[in-house]
Amino acid sequence: MDLEGQGRIRQIVEQAGTDDVVAVLGANSAAAVEMTALTLKSGDPSYAGALAGVALGIPSYHILEPEIVGQVDATVYERELALSALAMDVDAVVAPMKSIRDGGV
Amino acid sequence: MDLKGKRVLVIGERDGVNGPAIEACVKSAGAQVLYAETLCFV
Repeated sequence: MDLEGQGRIRQIVEQAGTDDVVAVLGANSAAAVEMTALTLKSGDPSYAGALAGVALGIPSYHILEPEIVGQVDATVYERELALSALAMDVDAVVAPMKSIRDGGV
Repeated sequence: MDLKGKRVLVIGERDGVNGPAIEACVKSAGAQVLYAETLCFV
């Protein structure tokens, strides 16, 4: 997540709170989703952005996780996700998500 | 996790699934979008 985005997210959660807030990610590499998920849960691991040391505790999901895909309208899935699901190594990308939600750092 | 009624931070990526696509998907599942962006690492 870029530094500017961290600042905007911090501002939003300060105003709106974190009740019922979840993040849905779309990155195509395990490293990128892991970094974003950790930042939103425990704070920026690189200590560079506005979320450094700020543990928001927001759980992250990948849009192509079966748990999420199953809730998307079929027509919208075909239009927005079907191609990405073919092009992406979905199992590898979603692998870190559950462990970060359930434990992680 | 049921998306219905959840408030969602959408963080898409240009080379993966972009923000507007995720936004359309989570809205179709009954969630409210609080924030949406599309990252680009190029």
